[in-house]
Amino acid sequence: MNLPTTLPLTDTESGHRLDFLLVADMVEPGSRVLDVGCGDGALLSLLRDRRGVDGRGIEISREGVNACLAKGLPVIQGDADTDLADYPDDAFDYVILSQTIQATRQPRVVLEHLLRIGRRAIVSFPNFGHWRVRVDLGLRGRMPMTENLPYSWYDTPNIHFCTIRDFVELCREVGAQMEKAVALNAGGQPMRVTLPWWVWNLFGDQGVFLLKRR
Amino acid sequence: MRFGPDEPLMMDAGIALAPWQIAYQTYGTLNAEKSNAVLICHALTGDQHVANDNPVTGKPGWWLTMVGPGRPVDTNRFFVICANVIGGCMGTTGPASINPATGQPYAVDFPVVTIPDMVRAQAALIDRLGIEKLFCVVGGSMGGMQVLQWAVSYPDRVFAALPIATAARHSAQNIAFHEVGRQAVMADPEWRAGRYLNEGTRPSKGLAVARMGAHITYLSEVALHRKFGRNFQDRAAPTFSFDADFQIESYLRYQGIAFVERFDANSYLYVTRAMDYFDIAAEHGGSLANAFKGTPTRFCVISFTSDWLFPTSDSRAIVHALNAAAASVAFVEVESDKGHDAFLLEEPEMFAAARGFIDAAARVRGIA
Repeated sequence: MNLPTTLPLTDTESGHRLDFLLVADMVEPGSRVLDVGCGDGALLSLLRDRRGVDGRGIEISREGVNACLAKGLPVIQGDADTDLADYPDDAFDYVILSQTIQATRQPRVVLEHLLRIGRRAIVSFPNFGHWRVRVDLGLRGRMPMTENLPYSWYDTPNIHFCTIRDFVELCREVGAQMEKAVALNAGGQPMRVTLPWWVWNLFGDQGVFLLKRR
Repeated sequence: MRFGPDEPLMMDAGIALAPWQIAYQTYGTLNAEKSNAVLICHALTGDQHVANDNPVTGKPGWWLTMVGPGRPVDTNRFFVICANVIGGCMGTTGPASINPATGQPYAVDFPVVTIPDMVRAQAALIDRLGIEKLFCVVGGSMGGMQVLQWAVSYPDRVFAALPIATAARHSAQNIAFHEVGRQAVMADPEWRAGRYLNEGTRPSKGLAVARMGAHITYLSEVALHRKFGRNFQDRAAPTFSFDADFQIESYLRYQGIAFVERFDANSYLYVTRAMDYFDIAAEHGGSLANAFKGTPTRFCVISFTSDWLFPTSDSRAIVHALNAAAASVAFVEVESDKGHDAFLLEEPEMFAAARGFIDAAARVRGIA
């Protein structure tokens, strides 16, 4: 399997990734969900077991697809950049893009497809505006490598990084309404919602957005 | 299994075939709930001997890699059924069977067979075996066509479907290859307008040529090159004749000769025709998604990267339609350079996908 594009934190008690638990909380029980870039199916099985969702997935790696099959998850080997166009409008209640948008060739097109295929979209991504990233680039003059983003610039699958503010701007451009926005700190915990955007953008490790077509 | 004059097989050609019979093999044990039955559908030149030595050729079963104890289709867990298709020549009624109206072999008077006819015949067998719902239907190539047809014709009788290296319709290119094969058979003077059984001849040369041509389509250029290259057969230099100088020629000749010993020429015409006519979407207003609308079956579609006879695009078309029909579908494209034949060969990734899909489905179905 491809290495995960990022290396996220897990809940010590349940063993589930903290960002997955946050995403699961955004999904209405019993809904239809498409997870784009579903990896080994960890989020999909969490959604199935905890929220009773009817989940589907797209995954580019064969190993990932086989791991999903073994979990009984209907997952299609495919590429978010090319295969989303084949899905009909409003086919799902939610389309999830978890830690994947930065690895797509055309993030804007992908986001537009998410909003077309799903009544809602949930997008999570590593925040390239985080202060440590800024320090690496601004002070050290090096492409950032952090615990969550462990790749060298030349072998990273992450080709379209953005900051939380960048993503908010993209949402505005494609006409997506933000129903919920959460920034997770380096400990994987949600930051207080009362904090201003610039604090999220500086101290948020990841952004998680619940979006709706306007 | 025999079906009498009062139990005709209603065929798409508009003919009620009776009496008729279907030859089959079973492996494993049907559980008390009758919930663990798996139907294996064979390909063009396959037969019911999927996991036992073939009584005609003496060779091992044709899908021992997939079906058997501890295999993805585990005969220790599942009750596995495999039947010879209608129109075939391994015991199921076909063109070599005796036409009760004339006392002679049907030959070309046998009604043209379709994939839905094959599936209808299998369903009659399954009824007789007292099985209401199949746990899984599995098959590659023409077997995969039957899997899809099962899901379309009897959606409530198929819990899980595993179509491999197949298509929801036969392509123009594939029809073309089949037509070349049929013309080779029919051009053989020993074919005798199809009445060769009456006349005591056999169109062996024509059928062998048909097999040689078809066999090329089952392989890939890479596989051919790796296996044979431009190597000479038992000689150091070309003979400047039309002998089988090259290993590949010798191999194909062998394939042709071996085939005619086990296969009826008219069956070859009928079964290739059945594949040609196959087009699920055409039967459903041109929309493949319509054919699967509301299907409760869970699907796993598998293709191979180097299969140019049933390319991945054919499988993707199935997957897109199932998606549009909101069906539960998984899809894996297995990396292999062995061409269409890959589905019959040692392909660990295919086994992993099939095993994962079948085991997970068995858990949901509550099969121990």
